[in-house]
Amino acid sequence: MSTATATHEAHHEEPPRGLKRWLFTTNHKDIGTLYLVFSLIMLFVGGIMALVIRAELWEPGIQYVDPQFFNAMTTMHGLIMVFGAIMPAFVGLANWLIPMMIGAPDMALPRLNNWSFWILPFAGAMLLSTLFMEGGAPAAGWTMYPPLVLQTGEAFPFLIFSVHLLGISSIMGAINIIATILNMRAPGMTLMKMPLFVWTWLITAYLLIAVMPVLAGAVTMLLTDKYFGTSFFNAAGGGDPVMFQHIFWFFGHPEVYIMILPAFGVISQVIPTFARKPLFGYSSMVYATASIAFLSFIVWAHHMFTVGMPLAGELFFMYATMLIAVPTGVKVFNWVATMWRGALTFETPMLFAVAFVILFTIGGFSGLMLAIAPADFQYHDSYFVVAHFHYVLVTGALFAIFAAVYYWLPKWTGHMYDERLGKWHFWLSVISVNLLYFPQHFLGLAGMPRRYADYAVQFTEWNQVSTIGAFAFGLAQLIFVYVVWKTVRGGRKATAQVWEGARGLEWTLPSPPPYHSFTEAPEVK
Amino acid sequence: MSAYTLTRRLAPLALLLAAPAAGAQPGSGWGLLNMPEGVTPISRHVHDLHTLILGICAAIGVVVFGAIFVSILRHRKSQGREPAQFHESTAIEIVWTIIPFLILVGMAIPATKTLIAMEDTSNPDLTIEITGYQWKWRYDYLGEGVGFFSTLATPQDQIYGDAPKGEHYLQEVDNPLVIPVGKKVRFVLTANDVIHSWWVPALGGKKDAIPGFINEWWARVDKPGVYRGECAELCGRGHAYMPIVVVAKNEDEYRQWLAARKAEAAEAKAAAGKTWTKDELMARGKEVYGKFCAACHQANGQGVPGAFPALKGSKVATGPVKDHIAVVLNGRPGTAMAAFGPQLSDADIAAVVTYERNAWGNDTGDVVQPADVAAAR
Repeated sequence: MSTATATHEAHHEEPPRGLKRWLFTTNHKDIGTLYLVFSLIMLFVGGIMALVIRAELWEPGIQYVDPQFFNAMTTMHGLIMVFGAIMPAFVGLANWLIPMMIGAPDMALPRLNNWSFWILPFAGAMLLSTLFMEGGAPAAGWTMYPPLVLQTGEAFPFLIFSVHLLGISSIMGAINIIATILNMRAPGMTLMKMPLFVWTWLITAYLLIAVMPVLAGAVTMLLTDKYFGTSFFNAAGGGDPVMFQHIFWFFGHPEVYIMILPAFGVISQVIPTFARKPLFGYSSMVYATASIAFLSFIVWAHHMFTVGMPLAGELFFMYATMLIAVPTGVKVFNWVATMWRGALTFETPMLFAVAFVILFTIGGFSGLMLAIAPADFQYHDSYFVVAHFHYVLVTGALFAIFAAVYYWLPKWTGHMYDERLGKWHFWLSVISVNLLYFPQHFLGLAGMPRRYADYAVQFTEWNQVSTIGAFAFGLAQLIFVYVVWKTVRGGRKATAQVWEGARGLEWTLPSPPPYHSFTEAPEVK
Repeated sequence: MSAYTLTRRLAPLALLLAAPAAGAQPGSGWGLLNMPEGVTPISRHVHDLHTLILGICAAIGVVVFGAIFVSILRHRKSQGREPAQFHESTAIEIVWTIIPFLILVGMAIPATKTLIAMEDTSNPDLTIEITGYQWKWRYDYLGEGVGFFSTLATPQDQIYGDAPKGEHYLQEVDNPLVIPVGKKVRFVLTANDVIHSWWVPALGGKKDAIPGFINEWWARVDKPGVYRGECAELCGRGHAYMPIVVVAKNEDEYRQWLAARKAEAAEAKAAAGKTWTKDELMARGKEVYGKFCAACHQANGQGVPGAFPALKGSKVATGPVKDHIAVVLNGRPGTAMAAFGPQLSDADIAAVVTYERNAWGNDTGDVVQPADVAAAR
């Protein structure tokens, strides 16, 4: 009996070896790693699709792929990057960091945690399998607008069910995060003492629970329209194709904040560390995050100014959208004020964080321009929009993920990463990403629509600059993979605190931290 | 508004700096950097608004990024800086909440005015119905009895790189939309299959064409000329291949054009009654096929495997004539095969069916007359 107990305890101290460790794990760090590895793979899968797109757009005419396949690439690239790369990466960070930041041993619902991850590879594989189906992969855009999406071939039900599964995974992950944050904080860790990353994830998790079921409902209506004779979105049967867009964007707009709020959290951790100065305006950061989350529910129709809304509707959505600039501005000003009169050093996480502040703000400016409804009648569905959302999602969300990985990798692995290679990764990325996306502003303003497999000859020059940027950016990410691999394998030993200016509970644990983070709750003053 | 004029002067300068110095000419290649001013009062308002907002954003950018760069350059640990420890100031936080709010109010006022003017489609001089199809546009001059399809005029061999690309590659059509200068033209937009969006930048914007719904848009073009645009809402394989060309003519020339169009329509009606020879049908059929069918089924009749079926040797094109006519007339619901009955005349359908039954080695020898199509409707 005592032997059995001893084995049992040993089992808890040391992770089992081999495949079983990863399949059956309920450990927040293992699951965090699984999420991060999955999202890295998906980043490359989606990235290769982006390179197919950029290669075809090197010059006018059809060179490499049929326009139908081109449309499938833009559709799959969008779905994979949103649901496969960015969202899982932030859930992975949440898994690794939230228990360590609030002084908990693990997540509140470990088995649910295992399940919410292991749904993902199946959902992703199902989505990718459509590439090999009769009629090709879905090609109606990641926004899946009817009636076009109803022309999808055999891939259609696979598209719908993979969206369902991805949604279920997100909802379970969100429930777990809320349960963990609300129930498992160490004594003394009041809500207003929580690190900003925890705060932004708490708010993000509520957004997820609110909107993922809405998306599931919308795609289910598509399914019944196609196979069961309903007419939700078919005008001939008394339905309304625009209603899908309203429902989709009621999900879709909060969704973009789901992808950026945790990024705000990461940046709010990284900048104070390397400025060696506390975050400026902690409470206004929390309130600004909450305001952005609230506003995200009442601005959805700014994605659809051109569908023919009443004037009053257009004015409401224009004003509400412009208001988002206020809390977002507060955040940017607070980051700048945090840097101001600090003692700055520029290790790789800080480089990515500073680039985030500048480039995300550029994406914010073009967002404000897009909010101006009369001007949006020109900008809408042009490359200007493509430039805008890639500035906020790539130089925004993805750069924040890079900042986070470099920042916490020494804590996770116990080894310092190669700073010189990290800087190479940063500088190549930041230069190429601007070559890639900045000219797309020009293309859109000059009249090039998005989702075009082929274009008029006057757009050639800037498209070529963009394509060069795309391939350079893609190659630069191989450095990232190498740096991470090398750090996992070995390297200079990291101290517990890792960074001179790092503050917070995760830095009180040794690097790497024990398998169960805090077996005894720390005291927070 | 002096800030307005100032930004209008400064914006081109800023854009110029971004352009590579060599060979930057406005209107083509490297020089294509900004929204065109356009040729309608609305397009100019929109352009001014764009310039104003861009200018304000650039000014805020200079301040914010300036502060970041000062901080990066001067507040470095390597220069022996001791970090300050301040971390809040209610006063400054209120200031940087209120000031952006006021700037936004300043943007919202001109934006609201422009939007109200844009949405005022009352009292038009003429109304044109625009219908989006996969992948072409149809224009109907309401009350005039004139209507026609407008399809891509760029030949397939330019698209597939077998011929050099022309100056207006993918921005040229067989029948452009012709409108009179100086008149308020109201467009009513709808679509036949999926959602499309009618975008001519010089006319100030775009509006979606949605099946089952009617949208409105208007333009008063003040300069004769040719204005080119494109479909802006993803509508399937041919999304990039349904351009828009608008020709604005003086009132007199417009009247002449309209009269000629009416005469053509009367002629076409007469043609439907006669009996055609096989050669006539094949020639007309090839033309119709190129415009309406080749985008999916391909010029060689082999389709796109998995997406669009081949017609060469297909059951439909070599089976009973009646079924073939029925598919063309009524389409195949739930697929990209549209019902061409409402789109094409009896003569056109007779010609294209005859062509499909005899081209690419199908050689059925069948000849279909307009009367056969009329009987099948």
